[in-house]
Amino acid sequence: MNPGTLKFTGPDLIQAIKFPEQLGDIGLRRWDSLLRVAKRANLVGRLAEGIHRVGSFNDLPQQTKPHLESARVLTSHQREAMEWESRHISKALCSIDAPIVLLKGAAYALTDRSAAKGRLFGDVDILVPRDEINKTEAALMMHGWASGHHDSYDERYYRRWMHEIPPMTHRARGTVIDVHHNILPLTTSSAPSAELLLAASQPIPNSVFSTLCPADMVIHSATHLFHESELQNGLRDLFDLDALMTEFSSQSTDFWVQLEDRAALLGLAAPLYLALRYTAGILGTKIPDRTRIALEKKAAFGQSSLRILDSIYLRALMPDHPLCANTSASLARAAVFVRGHYLRMPVGLLTMHLGRKFFLRLFRNTSR
Amino acid sequence: MKPAYCRVRELPLTGLQKLMRNGSFALQTGNLTLRIKSDFADVARSIHALYADHPYYIDPDFSDFHVEIREPQNLRRWFKRQAEFLIDGDRPFEPLPRNQAPAFLEWGLNWSIAASCQQWLTIHAASLERNGLAVILPAPPGSGKSTLCAALALRGWRLLSDELTLIDPTTTLARALARPINLKNESIDLIRNFDSSSVWAPEIYDTAKGRVTHLRPPTDAVMRMQEPAEPRWIVFPRYVAGASPVLTPRGKADTFVHLAQNAFNYSPLGTLGFDAAGRLISQCTCYDFTYSKLDDALEAFDWISSTGESAHP
Repeated sequence: MNPGTLKFTGPDLIQAIKFPEQLGDIGLRRWDSLLRVAKRANLVGRLAEGIHRVGSFNDLPQQTKPHLESARVLTSHQREAMEWESRHISKALCSIDAPIVLLKGAAYALTDRSAAKGRLFGDVDILVPRDEINKTEAALMMHGWASGHHDSYDERYYRRWMHEIPPMTHRARGTVIDVHHNILPLTTSSAPSAELLLAASQPIPNSVFSTLCPADMVIHSATHLFHESELQNGLRDLFDLDALMTEFSSQSTDFWVQLEDRAALLGLAAPLYLALRYTAGILGTKIPDRTRIALEKKAAFGQSSLRILDSIYLRALMPDHPLCANTSASLARAAVFVRGHYLRMPVGLLTMHLGRKFFLRLFRNTSR
Repeated sequence: MKPAYCRVRELPLTGLQKLMRNGSFALQTGNLTLRIKSDFADVARSIHALYADHPYYIDPDFSDFHVEIREPQNLRRWFKRQAEFLIDGDRPFEPLPRNQAPAFLEWGLNWSIAASCQQWLTIHAASLERNGLAVILPAPPGSGKSTLCAALALRGWRLLSDELTLIDPTTTLARALARPINLKNESIDLIRNFDSSSVWAPEIYDTAKGRVTHLRPPTDAVMRMQEPAEPRWIVFPRYVAGASPVLTPRGKADTFVHLAQNAFNYSPLGTLGFDAAGRLISQCTCYDFTYSKLDDALEAFDWISSTGESAHP
């Protein structure tokens, strides 16, 4: 095959991020595709971090440099902005006498995890005890956050069925905070006990915030990814899982045992097993056989279910870019959409909800 | 010597349409390569008119942006025709009515550059050059910035950029983009009458901004688009009907704040952005300028230009 006509695709992006030292002289045309796919997957920052870590930036083709540098400017700015925003939130919530647990990106940034390196951050997500939701919402409102425009349907959708209140936006800074009282919607049959998560949470030194314990952090990230109905950031989230597990297992010898125990206790062995299966299968994350086998047993997917899940996730976790696109990837994405919604709520409720969305999209110019 | 590239005007319209349909067409503007795909004949016609002097490439190895304007793939197309803007499979905007496609492409490109190029301090302002020195015209919409920019670009000032002023944060030099100038409503007629030889894209009616079109950048601005210029003046224009031309000095602190607020990436650039904005302000003389007649404005800018001396001789 003529290397000049090769297109970079999902697996090539993964190789480039995992082993930047092996990237070598791939030629401009492949750089073009690599950067395009990486942009779409929100992974240019992580790619740029790796290239800088191995010190090969100066040897790259001139045209690629502004793109990699721009990504580094943005990711380091977002990291600072995340830390700045957390300071505002901690000021607003200092009167709350309960754990305030930072979730996902905010937690990785404030505890300086390797998962935060080169990552773009979205909104701040926090978890508080359900009894504290009203107090938390009021305290945030006192400090300038407000819920956006929601009609009564949205309001009811959140308050009655979801695991969070409607997102709140700060009126001056425009930043958004999502306040959760659980990590899965109340309509999900596998919604864990939030008390267990809160009880095991660990305070961040010199801060009002806590984070989930290492095992729960991985389980939450896994649960989130494998309950999603859209995988826009699927590969990015898989890289988060890879980074978290690699870091925690190198720091503590009993991490894998804790992971197993916590997943069983929280009743979230199934999404965790999928996370282990696909981080190992797609990113080559090193997971002990013992852990994998134990969780496979607890997750109890049949062989045929696993075959179907493989055919969905091995495709849908690749970047949604025209260069990687084909019919089976689109079908896989459609399957993830259905699965995500099916896991979220009972079928009757789901039909009503999606029906409403469909008609709104058809008749009003809205993508909600 | 034969140049290593061809200019869009050497390509017949049908040839351009074919290249754009199969997605192999790329345009160079400033030092950016933009790969543009579209099936739409009006988009090809607009590019053919507006970018006649720009270099183009067929299936280049590397492009900075890969964009597409197309019909959305949904049910709505059966009862209301629309156009959507894609950048690497992503749709940053809601679709617009089909007839706005050519302008949509320009707006989409502006957004793409402003949102993802952190190698420059990108300011929402026009910039033009004369004798190696640049004037920056920041202004809120409706202040007549683009009208004045068009008039200056057609009368001796070299257009660097109408919408996005790109400042190199280390050297504070202004980079040229040499892209079309967006004009709307009465400004279109004003500039058409001002220079009957100017070249335009077809007008589009009923957009969110009213009647809009784009003006082709002068040939000289495109030929010299790789030449940066040293910013020397920052002038805030304000069109006031019937007003006589008044140029008043403006405080540097206030100008700094305005510039920072109107830079798309002041905050992401952090210390570098702060330093660059500071150096930019200190090397520029700042004015407010009120005017009603373009001829008065040209005279005032001739005078401004005559006061120019490089800050780094």
